[in-house]
Amino acid sequence: MRGATHAGRVACAVAVALTATACGGGGGNSGSGDAGAVLSASWGDPQNPLEPANTNEVQGGKVLDMIFRGLKRYDPETGEAQDMLAESIETTDSQNFTVTVKDGWTFSNGEKVTAKSFVDAWNYGASLKNNQRNAYFFGYIEGYDKTHPEEGGQSADTLSGLKVTGDLTFTVKLTQKFSTFPDTLGYAAFAPLPRAFFDDHDAWVAKPVGNGPYAVDTYAKGSQMSLRKWDDYPGDDKARNGGVDLKVYTDNNTAYTDLLAANLDLVDDVPASQLKNVKSDLGDRYLNTPAGIIQTLAFPYYDENWNRTGSEKVRKGLSMAINRKQITETLFMKTRTPATDWTSPVLGEDGGFQEGLCGDACEYDPAGAKKLIQEGGGLPGGKVTLTYNADTGSHKDWVDAVCNSINNALGNERACAGNPVGTFADFRNQITQQKMSGPFRAGWQMDYPLIQNFLQPLYYTDASSNDGKWSNKNFDEFVDRANQETDTAKAVGLFQQAEGVVRDNMAAIPLWYQNGSAGWSERLSDVKLNPFSVPVYDQIKVS
Amino acid sequence: MGRYVVRRLLQMIPVFVGATLLIFLMVNVMGDPIAGLCGERRCDPATAAQLEKEFGLDKPVWQQYLTYMGNVFTGDFGTAFNGQEVTELMATAFPVTIRLTVIAILFEIVVGIALGVVTGLRRGRPVDTGVLLLTLVVISVPTFVTGLLLQLLLGVKWGWIRPSVSSEAPFDELILPGLVLASVSLAYVTRLTRTSIAENRRSDYVRTAVAKGLPRHRVITRHLLRTSLIPVVTFIGADIGFLMGGAIVTERIFNIHGVGYQIYQGILRQNTQTVVGFVTVLVLVFLVANLVVDLLYAVLDPRIRYA
Repeated sequence: MRGATHAGRVACAVAVALTATACGGGGGNSGSGDAGAVLSASWGDPQNPLEPANTNEVQGGKVLDMIFRGLKRYDPETGEAQDMLAESIETTDSQNFTVTVKDGWTFSNGEKVTAKSFVDAWNYGASLKNNQRNAYFFGYIEGYDKTHPEEGGQSADTLSGLKVTGDLTFTVKLTQKFSTFPDTLGYAAFAPLPRAFFDDHDAWVAKPVGNGPYAVDTYAKGSQMSLRKWDDYPGDDKARNGGVDLKVYTDNNTAYTDLLAANLDLVDDVPASQLKNVKSDLGDRYLNTPAGIIQTLAFPYYDENWNRTGSEKVRKGLSMAINRKQITETLFMKTRTPATDWTSPVLGEDGGFQEGLCGDACEYDPAGAKKLIQEGGGLPGGKVTLTYNADTGSHKDWVDAVCNSINNALGNERACAGNPVGTFADFRNQITQQKMSGPFRAGWQMDYPLIQNFLQPLYYTDASSNDGKWSNKNFDEFVDRANQETDTAKAVGLFQQAEGVVRDNMAAIPLWYQNGSAGWSERLSDVKLNPFSVPVYDQIKVS
Repeated sequence: MGRYVVRRLLQMIPVFVGATLLIFLMVNVMGDPIAGLCGERRCDPATAAQLEKEFGLDKPVWQQYLTYMGNVFTGDFGTAFNGQEVTELMATAFPVTIRLTVIAILFEIVVGIALGVVTGLRRGRPVDTGVLLLTLVVISVPTFVTGLLLQLLLGVKWGWIRPSVSSEAPFDELILPGLVLASVSLAYVTRLTRTSIAENRRSDYVRTAVAKGLPRHRVITRHLLRTSLIPVVTFIGADIGFLMGGAIVTERIFNIHGVGYQIYQGILRQNTQTVVGFVTVLVLVFLVANLVVDLLYAVLDPRIRYA
């Protein structure tokens, strides 16, 4: 199956090289769509400059997904990592990889995409002096400790683990075995960069140039970006519309109003307050599908109240006191699904998602909750405070609902209270300075659809997002073994065993899986959301 | 007159320094802005340190403030976290907000003062009572309710206007947002003018003007209205500053990318450079508007002289 598509792509690439014509795959312009028509879509102002290794939020990610194609690409429907620019990625020991780049690809300014385009981009991302927020993605590559030391100046500008061996081949040497490394290469940080990026960086940031199906036409920072179909795009996922105008909205309610007034074609974040109207307003022009996002409550394990024997019973009790079903149905109008494990349904069974792994501990059971908390020695100080940031995402509503649920279950009006923090930055600040005294909001949006991404960054000892500083030898051991395992199925199995350790200790309380939502105008068809809850712009047809 | 202006300009300096210092300290108290830049994870310490150095956050606050003020006087307002110069943000945001403010002020002056004169001259009549009731309603309904309601009715239900303003924000698209923004102040201007007119109608100089046989419209425009405008001008002068900085709600509803939007985003992202930069300019606007108002007093009322 995989081999067949692979061969098809090769033939396509050869055809492009010989005749320099477009290779429309998958029935490109068939159907009712007008291939020249442009659609408008809602957008938010990206937080950081639009460089691939510097973008860690969805809004910037949307653009990168349109203007870049990496070695791998996650299938918009299944999330499976498939070869894109990679002709092959070979390894015998899960530590040394040989990458061959497909021939015939260029950037939209005409530059050829070569092995050097990747190696230069990755070196740039890993170099401390460039302040790239996603630098840690290169942390597995040998030499990262020289280009990006924890302290002090860098002693090298390039990663010693990357070597260009030919025009289209390069080798990667990792510091440890990491069997699923090739599958992480679909992340935007691993995108290739043209020489233009390095030669005139300011001009590039003002108007980014990539190798994806769209090219940036105009970019007015803070208000609008116009992307147009790149006609000479060599891939088989050519845009089926003429382009996309991304418009910055400060308030997603305004975007929704604009959609109703036929002033905007696509909204990819329907505001919570409009969910009850969405059926009558849009009918079937509304989509609500699972995304790779899970919301949990994390605990401060640096606080001895939460790190003593018996406290796992308190955590389990708290988990059982939360009526997930009621909250997701009434408050979120089913745009969230009660969580029963610590990953996400978008991974699929083969990818490691285990429905019901949490078992009774995630079922609402007021009596059992009360009993377990008592057995565990009661709530520390007689009550818990849930800390959250109040500036975005209507977190206040659900935190209050969770607290109500806990209070009702325990029959104590003061068992739980919310503790709002004004801004996200301050919230993160208090977390990094380990100032939490009770559970706090922890959301996780996957970087790539692998079970590893849901576990290692969050629960491995001293991992980058292990905010509660949870540490467990058994868990770490399972993860280490899984990363060394060359067989994917076996690796997933080991990760699932590690997840079992998380469950037994209730390291974090899983709350719900978040869905992505989108609404669109009558002009559009074939609107889909990928597992990252970003619309698949290139497949949208405009009439 | 000249000496008065110079004295006022000199008084502005300590006010300006004090105001910017306060804003600077307030934004600083909110904590480390770098922590919010890495999403739901800890920034790796090396990058965080590097960023702090780049934005000058590793220095003590007083030193940051001095450097900042030094740069401001050379026209450098620093760089926002998304890599844009703050001056560049100002260049895109201020023209939009100025257009919006001009429309709002025009509404206040034309509609507000006209209604005030009409009602002031016809106290107790049905017109007066009607307008009074109307202003009461406008004052008591919050701006976001008026804004959302008008947006829904005119933009979605009847389709007369676009519900949101495009990124170029031309004058015609800003008429409705400008009216919404001006609505509350407009009601106040009407009431202020009405009271003032009604009071001055009975004054000696108006009686004299009428007695010497001047035509009615001349009495009203030259004698009655001119002196009655003093409290109104004070109000409108102070309002210019409020409208420019306080348009956050209106700008959000109509998706206008002006000053309010930039400040709001700056606060959320704890972007000291953006917030302090914009507020500094707003402080200047306030100070200048106040000076102009004080000078206008002398023009309006011949009894007031500055030395």
